[in-house]
Amino acid sequence: MKNIRNFCIIAHIDHGKSTLADRLLQQTNTISDRDMMDQVLDDMDLEREKGITIKSHAIQINYKHADNKDYVLNLIDTPGHVDFSYEVSRALAACEGALLLVDATQGIQAQTISNLYLAIENDLEIIPVINKIDMDGAMIEEVEDQIVDLIGCKREDILHASGRTGLGVDKVLDAIVNRIPAPEGNEEAPLQALIFDSVFNSFRGIIVYYRILNGTIRKNDIVKFVSTDQQYGADEIGILKLKMTERKEVKAGDVGYIITGIKNAKEVKVGDTITLAANPTPEQIKGFEEVKPMVFAGIYPVNTDEFEELRDCMDKLQLNDASLTYELETSQALGFGFRCGFLGMLHMEIIQERLEREFDQTVITTVPNVSFIAHTTKGETVQVNNPTEFPDPVKTESIEEPFIKAQIITKPDYIGNIMTLCLGKRGLLINQSYLTPTRVELIFEMPLTEIVFDFYDKLKSQTRGYASFDYHPIGYRDSDIVKMDILLNGDKVDALSALIHRSRAQDFGRKLCEKLKELLPRQQFQIAIQAAVGAKVIARETISAMRKDVTAKCYGGDISRKRKLLEKQKEGKKRMRQIGNVEVPQEAFLAVLKLDD
Amino acid sequence: MSGIYIHIPFCKQACHYCNFHFSTSLRYKNELIAALLGEISLTKDFFPEAVKNAGAVETIYFGGGTPSLCTKEEIDAILSQISASFEVAAGAEITLEANPDDITEERLLQWKDSGITRLSIGIQSFFEEDLVWMNRAHNSSQAWNSLQLATKYFDNITIDLIYGTPGLTDDKWKQNVDRVISLGIPHISCYALTVEPKTPLQKMIREHKLADVDPDHQSAQFLLLMTWLADAGFEHYEISNFAKPGFRSRHNSSYWKGKPYFGFGPSAHSFDGESRWWNIANNTTYIRSIEQGAIPYEKEVLTPVQQVNEMIMISLRTLEGLDTSRLIQQIKGIAQDEILRMKQTILEESARYISNGLMVREGDWLRLTYEGKLLADGIAADLFFD
Repeated sequence: MKNIRNFCIIAHIDHGKSTLADRLLQQTNTISDRDMMDQVLDDMDLEREKGITIKSHAIQINYKHADNKDYVLNLIDTPGHVDFSYEVSRALAACEGALLLVDATQGIQAQTISNLYLAIENDLEIIPVINKIDMDGAMIEEVEDQIVDLIGCKREDILHASGRTGLGVDKVLDAIVNRIPAPEGNEEAPLQALIFDSVFNSFRGIIVYYRILNGTIRKNDIVKFVSTDQQYGADEIGILKLKMTERKEVKAGDVGYIITGIKNAKEVKVGDTITLAANPTPEQIKGFEEVKPMVFAGIYPVNTDEFEELRDCMDKLQLNDASLTYELETSQALGFGFRCGFLGMLHMEIIQERLEREFDQTVITTVPNVSFIAHTTKGETVQVNNPTEFPDPVKTESIEEPFIKAQIITKPDYIGNIMTLCLGKRGLLINQSYLTPTRVELIFEMPLTEIVFDFYDKLKSQTRGYASFDYHPIGYRDSDIVKMDILLNGDKVDALSALIHRSRAQDFGRKLCEKLKELLPRQQFQIAIQAAVGAKVIARETISAMRKDVTAKCYGGDISRKRKLLEKQKEGKKRMRQIGNVEVPQEAFLAVLKLDD
Repeated sequence: MSGIYIHIPFCKQACHYCNFHFSTSLRYKNELIAALLGEISLTKDFFPEAVKNAGAVETIYFGGGTPSLCTKEEIDAILSQISASFEVAAGAEITLEANPDDITEERLLQWKDSGITRLSIGIQSFFEEDLVWMNRAHNSSQAWNSLQLATKYFDNITIDLIYGTPGLTDDKWKQNVDRVISLGIPHISCYALTVEPKTPLQKMIREHKLADVDPDHQSAQFLLLMTWLADAGFEHYEISNFAKPGFRSRHNSSYWKGKPYFGFGPSAHSFDGESRWWNIANNTTYIRSIEQGAIPYEKEVLTPVQQVNEMIMISLRTLEGLDTSRLIQQIKGIAQDEILRMKQTILEESARYISNGLMVREGDWLRLTYEGKLLADGIAADLFFD
């Protein structure tokens, strides 16, 4: 056990985590150059493109140290986005140390800080590494100052590296062995293994990744998952090389996988404890939480007759993403679909893209909303995850909405812009502190719903990209929330209804009407677009009738081409939804996500 | 009864809006004409059934490109090859597209002598600035003079005009149309300027060097046109075609009636009622292939549904409109009850357009109104079957 090191890399998106991981694998010959694909750890296409790790993975590195001993280094990869902070915290709990990776050209970002705090809470040894030191615009000294201020280390403790060229990677490996403590634990004690991730494999079922704190797990053991109290046979266990490598046993301190034939990801909860049925551990590993969705939206098939197919795909998707929740929902505009709960906006985007790429489903996603709590005059409390569930205002005593604590780190130049943005989003400044003379942290309390739509993009544009952002929920507060409807030629489009603070309704309604005017194609008649709260119209736009839709020439050589063109046009129309007499393209249902000033 | 289309794929210069197949190099003209003759004679070997079923050739149409670039000898050679390979009906309509800059007294006499019965002159506009804008080969005075000259030798003349160009005011548009009316020209084709893919026009609009076309401006000019020409005694017998009684294009009308036609030359299309095939749109490949005794074509066999869709699309553009009962006689390869059901569906679906004032119905016939004609594509697409 004393030759094992378990570590992770804490970094902001684009700070080079995956590239550095690649170099560690290459330098130790864990992976041959031939097998080398850039950023091996991110094996979903989507991850590769978005440059973020969505699901954490782990890989074992065998490393011969300068002391001539062989070491096993388990690198546990962590997701780098606010939506997945719980998963991050569990991955951290499986480690003794962390590389704090900071881009020399960017400096420390909010996401890095919050994950760093999580790591410090978990008593991890922090090894600061400044990456991309070979880039133009590297501000090595300034970033060193930031790191020293932040974790109170010595300047000489900070390593310099370039994932791109491989510079300094040997020093990083040295430091992992020398500075990160070996795991502690008792191989003979009752089994206590922390689940930090799982993946779905269509042949093997769910593959669970764990870190053993105490005890030993052997092939064919009967194991028990503590929080679900389910028992399974350990059909296969092993360690995680570039591919899974089967072993007869995995012992305390090490990281491994287990295959039990579980088919549904819901049975496997990140943070749960695996123990042996015959000799269970008396205590669950602490820190386990049930993950709760923060953002809700409807997902509908583009063609109503593809609902069953979509249902199938949602089932399959949930098998490998237990944080996705959904239930059946119907919409007048969109037919049968699902009300889905997501960890956040990025998670929602990822689910939508995975449906498209992995399952070939084109879907319509409705206006996302957070979960509100309504108190009725009869004294009932209702959870509102959907505008259609919004109670009649006459019968409503009060509404509560979820608030978050938002942490923004930026340059002092942008404080004014951020204040304007956050106050405009009903934010309340709680604290402002200078981390370094050029780096200021602002803490706001804000309604979650205000960051659901376009907050990230606005924050980015208001600060020219020099702001990073993180948030944590801080509970529910009373609020004046109304339901705003959109009408097309007098017919309500339920899929475009939104729950919104009264003070924001008019502005939001006006923008939504304007956006819809852009997105709805002209039709053979005039279209009135209205936004209304109750019976009161608060915004209106008109689309005039189409004046011309006819090809000039239709002779012998034009007929086939023109027929194909019109067939395509018809196909496009079929993808539209009929609201009264108005045909609505699916982009229109996403209008609300694209609102800008 | 059938028609023959001859594609002459050469032009002196490229009009900015044109996406037809042509070359501005005349280097291979001789070879191409020889290949055309070859293709005509090969047709009976490649498409024996189609030739057998086509019956007599009622119309021949020289289009392009610029057929007026052909010499008299070339025209004569093509026509005699057609006569050798097909039965040409007495009194056949033989149209030749001519550019104003090619029209001289001598050429007019030659065309008459060759047996051309109808001239189609690409005027487009009488205004110099419009012609420059379009990159036409002719100028304003050639437009006017050639037309006057042509009327001395031909009664059956059609001219092309383009409207909806950014520089064409309603007043200029009226002047263009009035000039044609004043000369007693019996047929006019009027085209709304269309921005076709891969044309210089599209490129220039994309690069903001030219203003984009305005559909409202185009529809307004189309409505004006319909009124002016109706007042002048023209029948609006197809979306873009207007004729004095007796002067409709018999050739083009046969396209719209679903009659068979043979197209010769690169990119030319042929149709036998059920299949459509078209030659490769490349002069040298076309020439090489014909030299080796093969017609370089691609073919599609229309499903019954595609046949119905084409009939809807084409006939709604005509004055007579869509005769839904004709579906039953004309559509091939479909069960009787199925086609009756389709007919019923079309008639039912048309109700919303009738109530919108875009269509009128008389028995089994559906016709577009003035307003409906402006939206013909969308309406046809709506009525299409899957």
